[in-house]
Amino acid sequence: MRVGKRIPWQRVLLYLVLLGFASFYLMPVYVLVVTSLKSFAEVNLYRMWDLPHSFSLESFRKALLGGFGFTGLAHNFVNSFYVAIPATLASAFLGSLNGYVLSKWRFRGSNTLFTLLLFGMFIPYQSILIPLVQTLMKLGLYGSIPGLILAHTVYGIPITTLIFRNYYATVPRELVEAARIDGAGVLGVYTRIMLPVSMPGFVVVMIWQFTSIWNDFLFAVTIAQNPAVQPVTVALNNLAGSYIVEWNVQMAGALMAALPTLLVYIFLGRYFMRGLLAGSLKG
Amino acid sequence: MRKRWLKGERFVTLLLLLPSVIAVSVFVYGFIGWTGYVSMSNWNQLLPDYTFVGLRNFFKLFAHPRFQIDLKNLAVFTALFLTGALSIGFLLAVLLDRKIRAEGLFRTIYLYPMSLSFIVTGVVWRWLMNPGSPQMGSTGINLLLEKIGLGFLKSGWYTDPRVGIKAVAVAAVWQMSGYVMAMYLAGLRGIPETLREAARVDGASEWQVYRYVILPLLRPITLGAIIILGHISLKIYDLIVAMTGPGPGFSSDVPAYFMWETAFHANRFAQGAAIAVILLLMVSLLIVPYLIFSVRREAEV
Repeated sequence: MRVGKRIPWQRVLLYLVLLGFASFYLMPVYVLVVTSLKSFAEVNLYRMWDLPHSFSLESFRKALLGGFGFTGLAHNFVNSFYVAIPATLASAFLGSLNGYVLSKWRFRGSNTLFTLLLFGMFIPYQSILIPLVQTLMKLGLYGSIPGLILAHTVYGIPITTLIFRNYYATVPRELVEAARIDGAGVLGVYTRIMLPVSMPGFVVVMIWQFTSIWNDFLFAVTIAQNPAVQPVTVALNNLAGSYIVEWNVQMAGALMAALPTLLVYIFLGRYFMRGLLAGSLKG
Repeated sequence: MRKRWLKGERFVTLLLLLPSVIAVSVFVYGFIGWTGYVSMSNWNQLLPDYTFVGLRNFFKLFAHPRFQIDLKNLAVFTALFLTGALSIGFLLAVLLDRKIRAEGLFRTIYLYPMSLSFIVTGVVWRWLMNPGSPQMGSTGINLLLEKIGLGFLKSGWYTDPRVGIKAVAVAAVWQMSGYVMAMYLAGLRGIPETLREAARVDGASEWQVYRYVILPLLRPITLGAIIILGHISLKIYDLIVAMTGPGPGFSSDVPAYFMWETAFHANRFAQGAAIAVILLLMVSLLIVPYLIFSVRREAEV
């Protein structure tokens, strides 16, 4: 009983709408890529949607190494990695300890403590910025990469604790009980039962933390104004705000600053999604 | 014997929590208290001056024309950003939930802006919304609109004080609507097909199924999304810095931007702290009831 070749108009329309939205989301990337591949001679605001005639990597070279009157972003990339990697590891480790205790060793007041910790992830950081600068100055960490690492580690604790607590809640009680009968203590259960199954939890937390630390601007611009220690977001903002720097170089810089987190997202998207959904308090 | 052993374990668990508890007590609660103290001090120059002046900084703040504009901008931004991101996010989730081929690809495309920094978004959208000039011709989105025959939609975007912050809201919706889509999609996948079937058998139209079955079931997700987007919206700062700055006539200025400039450019720390306190109060009003409610509800389960 074939109905012949009727065109399913509803489905066609559905796909057209989906494609329309896709082009809306891709539009900025199109401009980024197309512009950064153009040579200086070809850059023209009134032709910004046109494809490049020739293929040039000149803008990437300038964005990285600098040019007349401006420095490139190369060492800012290095700074961003220096900040993001240690802070990601440290906050993930602390979050895993907290999540373990708050899910498997509850005590009276542990939910209140958890709520108080979580509050730290929602505050506008403007409300702690002045004391933070003062404290870092006293510690001799103001304007330094370790200072930035410290800030990101501490303010990362709430979200890493939340993700690990929800993750460890899925580890069956029986496993913990069995290890306890075998004589394992608090640390024994953690190292023998929890850590071996923690890998997915660590991946989610580390992706989340790396992305938010890499993308941070507020802490970076407040604590690390000095060009020598500036992370890439601050340097990119300066580069883009400068009238000397050509438009294609700005676009190449933005593209490169976006690349690390974009690659993480493309290749580890599944874990990225889990972190996102955990961020909304739903495990 | 057994009791002492338990005591020892309790001690170890507290020891594990201790570094984080100390860090958060000092860096979150201690610093908030410190900021509150600064906001009531006379520290409006480079060197600290903790002379107590009561609420003077707050009175001055609310009388300040720029702060009044900021609060209005923030309200406009929040309203547009929330309605935009929620409706587009919901629409995309519903469309993607209809057994779409290449669903994964569409999802990836809709969600990728979430992985970018607001600085990158701001830098790109500043160029996209560069209106060009009547003499030289249109650029960016205006040019694109002309090309596809929608020239009447052209706008001065952020260069026009009447648009200002609304232009920033467009970029923010671009960045965050995929997140809402992901939340709703996860929610839709959690609703058993049998529920929809039952409603259809009872004679409900597809529209009624969504209106009376799906949407009520998604209410917790809508609430969660409003809270998350709402607090991001109240704190919006990076995007403004990279895209527009305060704009003509402060038309894209917000309290978070004003705070940073006041404290760290003008060295008026007490005045800046007062703005920070207002910001914190606004965010707390939104977050605290939700936090207490979620943790308590979860404890009951």
